[in-house]
Amino acid sequence: MSFIHIKGLEFSYVNEFEEPPVKNTVLKGIDLDIEKGEFVAVLGHNGSGKSTLAKCINAINLPEKGEVSVAGLDTINEENLLPIRKRVGMVFQNPDNQIVATIVEEDVAFALENLGVEPSEIRRRVDEALKTVGMYEYRMHAPHKLSGGQKQRVAIAGVLAMEPECIVLDEPTAMLDPKGRSEVMKTIKMLNKEKGVTIVLITHYMEEAAQADRVVVIDGGEKIMDNVPKKVFSQVDLMRSLGLDVPQVTEIADFLHKQGYDISSEIITEDECVQALYELLKEQTGK
Amino acid sequence: MIKDITIGQYFPGKSPVHRLDARLKILLTIAFIVMLFIADDIKGLCVGIGFTFITFLISRIPLKMMWKSIKPIFIIIIITALLNLFFVHTGTPYFEWKFIKITDKGVETAVFMVVRIICLIVGTSLLTYTTSPIDLTDAIERLLSPLKKIKVPVHELAMMMTIALRFIPTLLEETDKITCAQKARGADMETGSLFKRAKALIPILIPLFVSSFRHAEELALAMECRCYHGGEGRTRMKQLRFKLIDLWGTLYLTCFFAGVIVINHFCK
Repeated sequence: MSFIHIKGLEFSYVNEFEEPPVKNTVLKGIDLDIEKGEFVAVLGHNGSGKSTLAKCINAINLPEKGEVSVAGLDTINEENLLPIRKRVGMVFQNPDNQIVATIVEEDVAFALENLGVEPSEIRRRVDEALKTVGMYEYRMHAPHKLSGGQKQRVAIAGVLAMEPECIVLDEPTAMLDPKGRSEVMKTIKMLNKEKGVTIVLITHYMEEAAQADRVVVIDGGEKIMDNVPKKVFSQVDLMRSLGLDVPQVTEIADFLHKQGYDISSEIITEDECVQALYELLKEQTGK
Repeated sequence: MIKDITIGQYFPGKSPVHRLDARLKILLTIAFIVMLFIADDIKGLCVGIGFTFITFLISRIPLKMMWKSIKPIFIIIIITALLNLFFVHTGTPYFEWKFIKITDKGVETAVFMVVRIICLIVGTSLLTYTTSPIDLTDAIERLLSPLKKIKVPVHELAMMMTIALRFIPTLLEETDKITCAQKARGADMETGSLFKRAKALIPILIPLFVSSFRHAEELALAMECRCYHGGEGRTRMKQLRFKLIDLWGTLYLTCFFAGVIVINHFCK
């Protein structure tokens, strides 16, 4: 069985303040398997259920129907709660709302203190996590004096200190400036490539999703696409109909392709685009 | 600008007073208060003054900061002095006119009370000036931990204090933003009567309230994701350990304490 195994997952929020209670079904039968070490991006416009899906992975939301398991542990079983949350760390959108302590290193230690790890071991892991995200020299700082990108990296370190096998990031860059965004993306990619951490990145920045190994597109609580980024983004019209963008370079390639130029529509990075355009131009002038 | 505020009144430093274990500092402060109250005459109180003054010098807290903490209670000091001056009628009178009677004993008690209150304030302020809020909450949690046996939620209280401290700057920043946003919409907060200005605060307080609920909800979720499940089985990264300096600190106070007792008993 795969590391994260989701089968026929259904989930709904119930508004009990209304009379009769209103049930709002957010996930309608999702099947998803994620292997260890994968970097999966989840795309979907607002209200598509992508955040709800993320919270199902670490047992914050429990499935109404279907099943979710992490490393063979079923989320529905309450005894598995801590083991699952220890394996799947989660980072949220607003860095301010996930930092608990008044000193950076105290915050990074928070999860380990909760798990009852030995003090000397906490020290070691906190230092290591802070070094990994490049925030070691800020360990004694107050979190509110850091920039958004730095705060988000502290939040990642706080999760990383648990030594999780998987990190789920729910729009971690949505509130950051371009500099902070690239800092965070660099950290995420490094964790995936060098430390072998499984990454589930929920985002609505197409450029970020393009860096993943695999892109899952969710709409209206259902999985619409699940493929490598090239294959997903090349379906420009389908993406548009779902209210999603494609990377700018893909858009250019698609436009040219539709105009009858001989250019691949599976272009997702700037380098690829430059190369393709160069060849196209060479061909044109050569004629 | 608003980001630079210091939380509480901690004044960072490296003096021996700063380096004392926070738990011990709290206990010593309590002992110090007891010492001030068992000193029942001026001579005993002089020892208290001596202790306060020397500790103040060691801590290297600027006089200006100390003055800031005495200033707000100045009115209480004056009232105490006046009450004692006019209502202590024992001893030989200096001055008598109708119902007003000032005696030597009255003057003595007034001075005594004022000095005692000032010592009390200076001594206890030294605790908050030399201990960071986080150390203070930590120390309180540990000192109160025996109360867990009688089901006092010590850990939860300490956690609440920590989170409150953590969110002070965040909420201040937000207040700033909301104020600007309301001003941009034409809210007038600087003119008008006191009542009018208080009323102008409502459009700031309500969004602030709503947003702090949102903060709370998200923070709770983030804490849960990081395996928070109450104080049970929790360890701490920083272990508080008593060091040699704590022994010296204790001895130092003990000497003064003994001095007060000796003076009380033998110098009558």
